[in-house]
Amino acid sequence: MAFDAPPTFSSKDAVVCRGVGKTWAAGTKRAHNALTDIDLDVAPGEFVVLLGPSGCGKSTLLYLIAGLEDATEGQLWSFGDLVETPSPQRSLIFQETSLFPWLTVWENVSFGLSIRGASKEERRSVAAEALQRVGLKAAMDKRPDELSGGMRQRVAVARALAMRPKVLLMDEPFAALDVQTRARMQDFLLDVWRDSGASVLFVTHHIDEAVALADRVVVFTSRPGRIKTIVPIDMPRPRNLFSREAEDLRIQLTDLLRDEVDRAFAEQEALAATA
Amino acid sequence: MAVVTRDSEASGPAAGTSRPAAVSRFYTGMVNLEWLTKAWWTILSISLFAGIWELCWFFGWADPKLLPPPHIFLGNLAEQGKFFNTATRWQVGQAMNAGPSAFESVMITVGATTARVFVGLAMASVLAIGMGVLIRYHHFFDKLVLPTITLLSPVSPIAWLPVAIFLFGIGNAPAIFMVVVALFFHMVLATVAQIDGVSPNFINVARTMGASKRQIYGRVIVPAILPGMLQVLRLNLFGAWMVVLVAESTGVGYGMGQVIMLARNTFNPSLVFFTIAVIGVLGFAFDWLLRQAQRRILYWLPDTKEKLRGL
Repeated sequence: MAFDAPPTFSSKDAVVCRGVGKTWAAGTKRAHNALTDIDLDVAPGEFVVLLGPSGCGKSTLLYLIAGLEDATEGQLWSFGDLVETPSPQRSLIFQETSLFPWLTVWENVSFGLSIRGASKEERRSVAAEALQRVGLKAAMDKRPDELSGGMRQRVAVARALAMRPKVLLMDEPFAALDVQTRARMQDFLLDVWRDSGASVLFVTHHIDEAVALADRVVVFTSRPGRIKTIVPIDMPRPRNLFSREAEDLRIQLTDLLRDEVDRAFAEQEALAATA
Repeated sequence: MAVVTRDSEASGPAAGTSRPAAVSRFYTGMVNLEWLTKAWWTILSISLFAGIWELCWFFGWADPKLLPPPHIFLGNLAEQGKFFNTATRWQVGQAMNAGPSAFESVMITVGATTARVFVGLAMASVLAIGMGVLIRYHHFFDKLVLPTITLLSPVSPIAWLPVAIFLFGIGNAPAIFMVVVALFFHMVLATVAQIDGVSPNFINVARTMGASKRQIYGRVIVPAILPGMLQVLRLNLFGAWMVVLVAESTGVGYGMGQVIMLARNTFNPSLVFFTIAVIGVLGFAFDWLLRQAQRRILYWLPDTKEKLRGL
């Protein structure tokens, strides 16, 4: 279907995917198709949540958009440019804290600038500004191991922001945090998103998180990952997550996911039986 | 324990205001008995070992002519030290008593062996880390070199001994060569394993920040493998001590290995155990120094040992 349509897209869009697929270990016995037939457009400044059962390839899509992996089918563009390599315009934030333990907080935040050979003064001032935006300017000279999990993820967000990205890619960034911290981090992320004007692609398997954050929720099928449906959320922000509307959305998304989770389970059981 | 520490902290600055700095430092050092509590278990461990040995001697199970207990082989240091004067004995026309004194001989011998260990260890580390990084950096290098390195890795240092003498004759060079060749191949494989263990997230972060391959290696991979490499270095320090003795026992005119060979040829078990004790103390001391360095340099490592102790 995707190949019949001409590969046209609005060059203004932050991310454009046309017929994108990824087969891991292609051409070997262990080859498996993680993702197939993805058509997705993300507008500048849009907040898109990718929702799906574990192992449905939503993280894979993020890696493809980041340019860290090559798509085996289809093509991706970002602001009109073909995605071929990683770019500081598209920052990826990982589930596990990926701060360098041998650098201080501010050195971590300004790592990208040091790659470009910026002076120490410039790096420190940019780091201070980025840390200010995540409320951690006081922790500038600390080591990552002195911070809590939530603080470390905020530093990771600051590190991404310091590159002034146009697209923020977040791979279950709050999955390792406790529920209360996660709720606070969601508010914090919405503030950062509003200030930065960047598009956000946010991977999660938490329905609550999707309802709290997204302009649009992209629901994935289980393996191989396809887009099952896209649910727009036009609730005004700040959102009342206990409203009738939010509840209806949760029910709708839960129903959509349940089929996929059931299917994934059946598949895994069948696989275990044959093994 | 905690009380002692607090006392010393409280009295330290106060003493510093009224006394010269050196005196107050000495005073603080005496009051702060932390080192003693730390050394306590080391002392106990060694005493226990020596004590059992002494008991065996006392009950007549250990023949002092074959297994002389510590009080015998450590009893006459001056006498033992004379045997360390292996260097001058090699010179024709030198009397047994000529040359350096017993203490000087021990120091010269220990110094020479230690220097060989460290030069060898340093050369092996630099070469191995460099080679390991090159192997992962250039794919063709990997294909070209890694099989040979794996092939040579299991070769015993003893097998290299004749090679060392063919190539370098007699002197420092063959001993250092032996240390390098015994450690190099393992350390290359260890470096490659360390590089492969670096979190892919670290590399991906650097890539999204626009780092080049060179920058990724220099600024992410090398600092990331540093903790593991220091560990490798510590383990190989012991390896270096083992190998240097083998090398010295045949290829070199003086050193601890020569003393051991002399003891063997003259049937002198006291001298064997005395030399073993000296090597043990030296190895222990240098391992302690490396551990201190590790703690200073690698402040970010989690203290798993403490966690395990709490189980």
